[in-house]
This record gives sequence, structure tokens and C-alpha cells, in this order.
Amino acid sequence: MRILFYLLQKEFIQIYRNKTILRLIFVIPVVQLLILVNAATLEMRKQQLSVVDEDHSPWSKRLISVLDASPFFVVGKNDENVLSAKKKIEKGEIDFLLVIPQGFESSLMSNEQVKIQLLANAINSQQAQLGYAYLQQVIAGLSQSFVKETYGVLPQAGIVTTFSYWYNPELNYKHFMVPGILVVLVSVVGMFLTAMNLVREKEMGTIEQINVTPVRKWQFIVAKLLPFLLIGLFELALGLTIGKLIYQIPIEGSLWLVFAIATLYLTGLLGLGLLLSTISSSQQQVTFVSFFFLLVFILMSGIFTSVDNMPEWGQKLNLLNPLYYFIDLMRAILLKGAGLSDLWKQVTGISVLAVFLFGLAVLNYRKTI
Amino acid sequence: MKDINTSAFAIEVVDLVKKFGNFTANDHLTFNVRRGEIFGFLGANGAGKTTAIKILCGLMAPTSGQVVVAGYNVMTHPELVKQNIGYMSQKFSLYEDLTIFENIRLYGAIYGLTANEIRQRSDTILRKLGLLKDRSRLIKTLSLGWKQKLAFSVAMVHHPKIVFLDEPTSGVDPVTRRQFWELIYEAAADGITIFVTTHYLDEAEYCDRVTVMVDGHIKALDTPAKLKKQFNVDTMNEVFLNLTR
Repeated sequence: MRILFYLLQKEFIQIYRNKTILRLIFVIPVVQLLILVNAATLEMRKQQLSVVDEDHSPWSKRLISVLDASPFFVVGKNDENVLSAKKKIEKGEIDFLLVIPQGFESSLMSNEQVKIQLLANAINSQQAQLGYAYLQQVIAGLSQSFVKETYGVLPQAGIVTTFSYWYNPELNYKHFMVPGILVVLVSVVGMFLTAMNLVREKEMGTIEQINVTPVRKWQFIVAKLLPFLLIGLFELALGLTIGKLIYQIPIEGSLWLVFAIATLYLTGLLGLGLLLSTISSSQQQVTFVSFFFLLVFILMSGIFTSVDNMPEWGQKLNLLNPLYYFIDLMRAILLKGAGLSDLWKQVTGISVLAVFLFGLAVLNYRKTI
Repeated sequence: MKDINTSAFAIEVVDLVKKFGNFTANDHLTFNVRRGEIFGFLGANGAGKTTAIKILCGLMAPTSGQVVVAGYNVMTHPELVKQNIGYMSQKFSLYEDLTIFENIRLYGAIYGLTANEIRQRSDTILRKLGLLKDRSRLIKTLSLGWKQKLAFSVAMVHHPKIVFLDEPTSGVDPVTRRQFWELIYEAAADGITIFVTTHYLDEAEYCDRVTVMVDGHIKALDTPAKLKKQFNVDTMNEVFLNLTR
């Protein structure tokens, strides 16, 4: 234990003297949280909508004004014909085109089926789907208003869908993104710093002087892992503080649990970083390989896309993805207030990965070539 | 395995072979190093000196053969060997971003010295090298000569039985080389076995016995005086040229 203390002391002195690393530790979380959370948004806002109103009736005007009033659409100048409006979609000037055919109001009045046409620029399919769904809601609401205002009663409802959004009632996209971005942040900083550190000792030749001493493999690996684990936890704390102060993210669950799980997670991920650096001989190599792993982990983790939509093999593959567990756990604890009893499956997964990756790093570190 | 504690040898090597693919770096080396002697390991670049020294220190596994260092088999008890040896690499390998004292403290602690012992030994080292005022200087600000002398002292911080020096004076000016050899003599006077590789042939004269390696083989092993007599020449330089030509 005494030797471990001195090894850790050495690592901390070296980190403290490396001003670049110090700056990165403070700057990266602030930049990532301030820029990425706002920029990497899936929220639908201010979509350009053009309307070709062939009906020119009070109700068609009312439909347009309802759409214009919503935060989702900005209604541009009305177009006279469908063809010229279509051109605008092709040029990418507008995202949606709504065509209200002649007889819109009369069919509404005579209780016939109302036909309108929505053309969406579906290059961004998610956006197109959302726009379509939103327009349907607006029209359903409009026809209800129509019935109510005309007959003074609400229409007899067949099936009425009501919505209530749990855990994120305002559908605040940022509350969903902050925990995910935080995980990416902690992962990138932790994994790169750890992996580069050990390989740097190889490049400088200092590791040879260590290898010729009776130092134990686990002592050396723990001394390489622990400082960056603490930096990772510090980053997490800093990120949570920024998230709370700037984005008012909810922290429903236990922070102790968050940090306990983060410790497990970082042991695994930094273990992987060390494992990669035991098999690399230059910082260039280890950067490239770490980048590859992180990119796959991040894109599969469910931070931007729903894991449930993935093909089954993808979901199975995710069982090996430490980021998948951690993002899932973070969202569950912070947004839902989930406790250990709800999360034991993911916690088991992350623990197994931690033991496995850290163990492999110790085993794979060779004092003898 | 023979117990060396009763024998006069600090290092016993029998039939050591190291192959890298088709290339044989060490071809059936057999030699003994007596306790307390300064043993010179000579050879041109690429003769296999560094490979041999790395195997003796437990940094590299041999392809075959038996290596006993400080009484322990390097293959079966590498950690016991490591506790009893010091090693100074060809490439400077102290931490450049740590101070002189921090380097001494780190290695002292790894070898199991107490905080008190570390303080005492660091004072002794710094006084001997005349670096008492530079205790808190970063290693990277030192000149190569100082770095090498310091690396030697750190390799000896735990008072090992044997110290391995891999080309410790390459690139160092003649005055510093002289000072460096004084340090080696002092250590040898304390009973420490010195195993040193070099390609400065004048340094070979300072050794008790020298080995000349050529292309992975041992071509000669004797005292400098006897080798010179054998080849009927005046300097080790000529001995070396005779052997390698």
C-alpha cells in the first residue's frame, strides 16, 4: 500500500505539472455542456412551412393562423400554386408544404371527410414524422372546435387519446441530453488521458526503469487508473453542477448512487484504455484505437437514437457497451429517480464489464517483453 | 538450481540464447561474473549487448538457457532478482517532469525504503554529486552528464548487490566520463558487482575482466592485461579491432 501511495503521488505531481491537461479538465466540460447540449438538439422548432390555400375560407385562414402561432412552424408567404411551392421544397427553402384544397370548409361543415395534403422534406425523416404528427393533432383540434362552435356541444368521442409525458413533462429535450453528454464527456476525458499516459511512459522509456523494479503489476496499473478515475468523477461533479445551474436538470435520484455507478463505470472504461495502451507502442496508435472504440460506443449507446429501435443484434452487442449502461443509468437516476432495486440489471452489467476490463488490463501488462 | 549464495559468482549464465525471428541476438552465451568485480561487456553496435543485459535484468525473456542473478533464477524468480539489482538503461529513463528529489523518493519507496532512509540516502547522493542546492530542480533542466550520474545514483538507491549499466557514458564529455568511473569505483569498493557495457575501449581498461561480443557470440573473456598480451598489442582498442575484423 505504501508503494501505491508513492506511485500515486508521482502521478498526481505529473498531472499537476502538465498545464495542458489541467486546462483540458476545466475547459472541456464547460464547452461541451454549453455548446453541445444546445446544438445537438432533436427538438422541432421554427420549421419553414408554406401554405397553398385554394379554399380562402375563414376556417382555412384559421388553420393557418393556428399553425403560425405554434412554436414548431413559421408560416411563410402564401403561395399561389402547388408547383412553385414544390420547387421551394426541392431547393430546401421550406421544410413543409401544406395544401388546403378547395372545399375544405364545406366538407368540414357537411361533416364529410376533410382532405388536406402535407408535403414534407423527409431528408430528415424524424423531423418529417414529427411535423406530420403535429399537423394531425392541430387538425383534430380544429375539427373539435368546429363542432363545438357550430353545435355548442363536444362531439361524441369514439376513442380519445390523451397525452401525459412522464418524467419529463415539459418534453424538455435538454433534460434528456445533459446526462448523455455528461457521460460522453467523462468517457472521452478519462479514456484518452489514461490510455495516453501509459503509452507515453513507453515512448519516453521511463517504463523500463519501473519494470526493472520489484513493483507489482496491480500496483502500477492501479496507480495509472486511480488519478484519472478521480478526474472523471470530478468532471462528472462539475458537469452536474453546470447542468443544474444552467439547464435546471432534475436530480430526482440519489447522487451517491450516481457517483458509485460512475466509479464502477470508469473502472471498466479506463481499464479498457489501459488495456489498449498495453498493446500499443505509440500515442498515435492508442489514440486511433481508443477513438474507434469510443465512436462505436457513443453512437450505439442510445444518446441520440433510441436503443429500442435498433436491430436485435445491435441491442445484444450493446450488452458489451459500457456507455450504453451508464447513459441508461444516468437518465434513470437523474430523471426518474430510480433506485438500485430498479436498476440491478444494468448495474450487474456494468460491474461485470468493470471487473473484466480492469482484470484484463492488469493481466495484459507485461513487465517482461 | 545451484545456490549461488555460497558460490563466488554474482551472475551465472549458461547457454543463453535469444532469437528474434530468424535473427540470433545472443548465441549460446556462457559466462560467470564474480562478486564485487567490474565486468565489462564490450561489442560493436548491434553485437547483442543490450539484449543480454535486458535478459539478465529480467526485462526480456530468453529463448533458452539458464540465467542466475544474485542467487535467483531470472526466469522463475524475476521479482527476487529485481529486488537485488540496479539498472541504468541506455536511454535516460528517470522522470523528466519530476524533481531530483522526487525521482529519488519514488524509486526509494518502490524498493521498500522507509521515509527516513529515503531522506538520508537522497542527502548522501546529492552531497556526493554536489547537487544539494538543486534538490528541487526538474530533471529536464539538467545537462546530460548530470542526468547520467543521477541515473546511476538512483539505480543504486537501494544498495543492490549488482548494478547493470548499459552504455552509461555514451554521449558524455571526457571529464564527466572520468567522474562517472570514479563513481563506479566507489560502488565497487563497497562490494557492489558492476556489469557495464560500453564501446569506449579506454573504459575497458578500467574493468577487472572484459568480454568482447561479436555478432551475438562471446569472442574473448579475460582481464585487459591478459587480452593485450594474448594479441601482443598495447591497447584494448587494438584487441577489439583484432577480434572484430
